[in-house]
Amino acid sequence: MTPFKTHILVCTCETCSAAGSVAVAEELERQLKEKSLDTRVTVVRTGSLGLCDRGPVVVVYPEGTAYVQVKVPDVAEIINEHVIGGRIVKHLLHKTHEDERATTSLDDMMFFKHQKRIALRNCGIIDPENIDEYIGADGYTALTRILTEQTPPQEIIDCVKASGLRGRGGAGFSTGMKWQFAAAAESEDGIKYVCCNADEGDPGAFMDRSVLEGDPHTILEAMAIAGYAIGAHQGYIYIRAEYPVAVKRLQIAIEQAREYGLLGKNILNAGFDFDLELRLGAGAFVCGEETALLVSIEGKRGEPRNRPPFPAVKGLYQSPTLLNNVETYANITWILNNGAAAFASVGTERSKGTKVFALGGKIVNTGLVEIPMGTTLRTIIEDIGGGVPNGKQFKAAQTGGPSGGCIPASLIDTPIDYDNLVEIGSMMGSGGLIVMDEDNCMVDIAKFFLDFVVDESCGKCTPCRIGTKRLYDLLDKITRGEGEMEDLDTIEELCYHLKDSALCALGQSAPNPVLSTLKHFREEYEAHIIEKRCPAGICKNLVNFWIVEDKCKGCGLCAKNCPVDAISGTLREPYSIDTSVCIKCGLCESNCRFSAVVRA
Amino acid sequence: MKTAEELQAIREEMKQKIDKHPEAETRIVVGMATCGIAAGAEPVFEMLKQEIKRHNLKNITVNKTGCIGVCRLEPIVEIYTPGQEKVTYVKMTPKRALRIVNEHLVNQNIVTRYTVGAAD
Repeated sequence: MTPFKTHILVCTCETCSAAGSVAVAEELERQLKEKSLDTRVTVVRTGSLGLCDRGPVVVVYPEGTAYVQVKVPDVAEIINEHVIGGRIVKHLLHKTHEDERATTSLDDMMFFKHQKRIALRNCGIIDPENIDEYIGADGYTALTRILTEQTPPQEIIDCVKASGLRGRGGAGFSTGMKWQFAAAAESEDGIKYVCCNADEGDPGAFMDRSVLEGDPHTILEAMAIAGYAIGAHQGYIYIRAEYPVAVKRLQIAIEQAREYGLLGKNILNAGFDFDLELRLGAGAFVCGEETALLVSIEGKRGEPRNRPPFPAVKGLYQSPTLLNNVETYANITWILNNGAAAFASVGTERSKGTKVFALGGKIVNTGLVEIPMGTTLRTIIEDIGGGVPNGKQFKAAQTGGPSGGCIPASLIDTPIDYDNLVEIGSMMGSGGLIVMDEDNCMVDIAKFFLDFVVDESCGKCTPCRIGTKRLYDLLDKITRGEGEMEDLDTIEELCYHLKDSALCALGQSAPNPVLSTLKHFREEYEAHIIEKRCPAGICKNLVNFWIVEDKCKGCGLCAKNCPVDAISGTLREPYSIDTSVCIKCGLCESNCRFSAVVRA
Repeated sequence: MKTAEELQAIREEMKQKIDKHPEAETRIVVGMATCGIAAGAEPVFEMLKQEIKRHNLKNITVNKTGCIGVCRLEPIVEIYTPGQEKVTYVKMTPKRALRIVNEHLVNQNIVTRYTVGAAD
């Protein structure tokens, strides 16, 4: 018997088997036999090879190449490329962050492996200030095709409906339905409007800004198509004045599109008029709410009003108005060029396509990612985000800004989509994703978002104006260590009243950060109230600093840096902190080289 | 005012230019969204243009682009060279840009220690 030249080890431990490794082993054997390689190559089923969270794992010897997440369709490639051709199948390789040190191209990084770019397809690739580059990236093909072929508007709306695209601004209403309502709405004077919500106000969110700065023309094209579909000839982009680069690039884009005859009168000689104007928001968070946004475009004070009538029926200047978010528009031309089915094939059953998230907080790769709906939080944080820095423990992720909630570590394997997030007490929101570690106090986080809402409440309705302030006061009381257990019930009751009675989404969703932290981190609230202790050591009134005598070398650095002279001692002797003077700024802790200063 | 045919002609021509595997020209893009600009992309962009001009290098274009997503490594410069894989340089400074023009573009050596893998 001749010895085998190649051994293919297939891990058939429980985890890998569950992931389908047995089928991979069988397929390997079948194909090897089919190619008469079974005398040279043997398949060995092994116990755990140690990479099983990324199973099924296949290792090819003598090279010792480890392939991970191997699926049955990958088998042919491994045999043809590796076994026969002697070339390593790069995209199946197990990559550690160590191996990435040799990488010279960003495309090969783990960061990109789990992403799928639809809304961001041109960001970082084309020059946003050059319309020709957008055209080169298949830009304005959808608009040209629709206008030259005179596609019936209903066909476009049906395509958007069939794609399953839902509003990316947060609430997740079906975009196709919205277009349908706006198209069906009767307008007395025949005027309708198409508007774009670029008033991205959530703390920590910058998805829309990046789309506008990286690919402004895709928004213009999608809005012109929307105008054609619903019968509108004028559009407005409502953008925050705090985004000067995005504003400038939009202005350049609009001018270039007008020059090329892609905006304005008689576009492409097809008899369709559509023009766009920018409107700058002055930084009020409430103006991201659709009815407030529309009155703000009219030049009035940005305050929401009751719905119905919805903007699709009575919107800007009392005319039917279609209002979509930037990221929603960014998907439109892709859908029209690639077909609704291609879009609907990505994502989960009820949430189709991809979602852009702005990763922030305690995470290695802060930045912008676009992932298929249904990706788990674990993949986003650990694989794409590179995990929590400094070896700290992941505690929670906050999605949806002041309208969303905190997802605790126990739910890290939840597939992200609109419905799952609502179920666990958060919401998609516009896409800010703030990662928190053990050093974040959840009561403090809830207080932070409420503080934001108190500032940004427009004051039109009483529940929001007074309710959020009272809610804030109660949380503040708890963080000061003066809370009582009854306060928790009051908080909860107030939250539900606010949800039921506030006029707009700002007030209705304001309790979400409180309710979700109360649900998932109740013990932290209780520690503040009963033990008068802040487990994360954040709430100043409940934390004390002291110096561990055994660790202190008596260097005096802490005393030198203390702004209130609360630390005293003699050189080379352990120092001590006078807690009655200490203002708990934490400077001593960050300056100590021996970790002798502790807080609790 | 352009016709549909003229747009198509522009499209054909530009497709080559923005291709990830260009045939003729080397394409350099500098991430210049807010994140890039805040991290100092503008002087890097200027330095690249100035040095390429000074060396009289032909068939190289320097372009602005949007945010590629890894804001923590900005300013990012990516170089697409015919017949090569894209190279991503991160945390760029005008000084590094100077080095890259001399080493990468003139001498054709990738400056590995400024690439994305070597970051941190």
